[in-house]
Amino acid sequence: MGEYLMLIVGTALVNNVVLVKFLGLCPFMGVSNKLDSALGMGLATTFVLTLAALSGWLLEHGVLIPLDIGFLRVLSFILVIAAVVQFTELVIHKTSPVLYQVLGIFLPLITTNCAVLGVALLNIQQESGFMESVLYGFGSALGFTLVMVIFAGLRERLALMAVPVLFAGTPIAFITAGILSLAFMGFAGLSPK
Amino acid sequence: MYVLSAIASLATLGLVLGWLLAIAAKYLKVESNPIVEELEALMPGSQCGQCGFPGCRPAAQAIANGEAPITVCPPGGSALAEQFAALLGVSIDLSNFEEPEFLIAKVSEDTCTGCTRCFKVCPTDAIVGAAKQIHAVVADACTGCQKCIAVCPTECLQMHKPEVTLRNWRWQKPLPEPVGAPA
Repeated sequence: MGEYLMLIVGTALVNNVVLVKFLGLCPFMGVSNKLDSALGMGLATTFVLTLAALSGWLLEHGVLIPLDIGFLRVLSFILVIAAVVQFTELVIHKTSPVLYQVLGIFLPLITTNCAVLGVALLNIQQESGFMESVLYGFGSALGFTLVMVIFAGLRERLALMAVPVLFAGTPIAFITAGILSLAFMGFAGLSPK
Repeated sequence: MYVLSAIASLATLGLVLGWLLAIAAKYLKVESNPIVEELEALMPGSQCGQCGFPGCRPAAQAIANGEAPITVCPPGGSALAEQFAALLGVSIDLSNFEEPEFLIAKVSEDTCTGCTRCFKVCPTDAIVGAAKQIHAVVADACTGCQKCIAVCPTECLQMHKPEVTLRNWRWQKPLPEPVGAPA
């Protein structure tokens, strides 16, 4: 149990998928203008990432290894991720039309969120077991959501600040992201390794 | 052997996922009012916002729910209101309906700075121009939504009556003259 907790904390904070591994930067910059949509995006990605990590492990150990066709890994993972994203889109359209409208194009674009494919592939690379894979996916997604929410909160406040004209808009957002990344590097001290 | 198992596994994967998605789509179907679709299809579809709704679809929903009158669409005018009335099966009295005066935007070339703000907001792409070039309005494409008026920093865009050209000139309707009146 403690091991699993360590795994979640480790993936969410120490090896944060956005700010330490620099995966999934596109929704990180794209959907972080408003706190609500950032949280919605984070939750949708959490759902997709966890399911993708789970189905990626099943696919790897159920199909790819027994048939010895590891060269199809990326292709089949993308196929599964696309299907999971489509499913998520259906669920969100049904349960929350407002969120569906707010997320807009970024919802189907979760398919191309490199964090989703990246985590599924990293799981295979690290030869993790089933529970570890799922928790790794879930922890990464938690970290993603956390960073999205923090960054959206920062950007909402930044919008009210008197930022010098040269830095206004996207440049100050990039600088903020850099400082946030520096802050997350500090979590490296938590790591037992 | 590799090839066969690769083809078989990918095809199976695709089929199974497609089948699962089809089932999910059936159970998670979002019911939309078919009348809204039909109303929206009749509308101009330029999302100009003159009705006070964010776009044509919200306006169509409001009409279908009875929250907006069928004369809500200014670019559509009385012709669209009559089509709505026929579709919804309601009677409509257009005798008091004043056709809104049709005005189109026009750039005053003395004050235009070429800032490009107006053609970014134009829903029908009726404004042409480039940065630091004087813009112009394509009169045929302008629906008179006045979105460009709000963003123009120099107030060089104003609404004018459309110019009468050979293309849009129409013969005047004859004045009603009493029979037998002295010529």
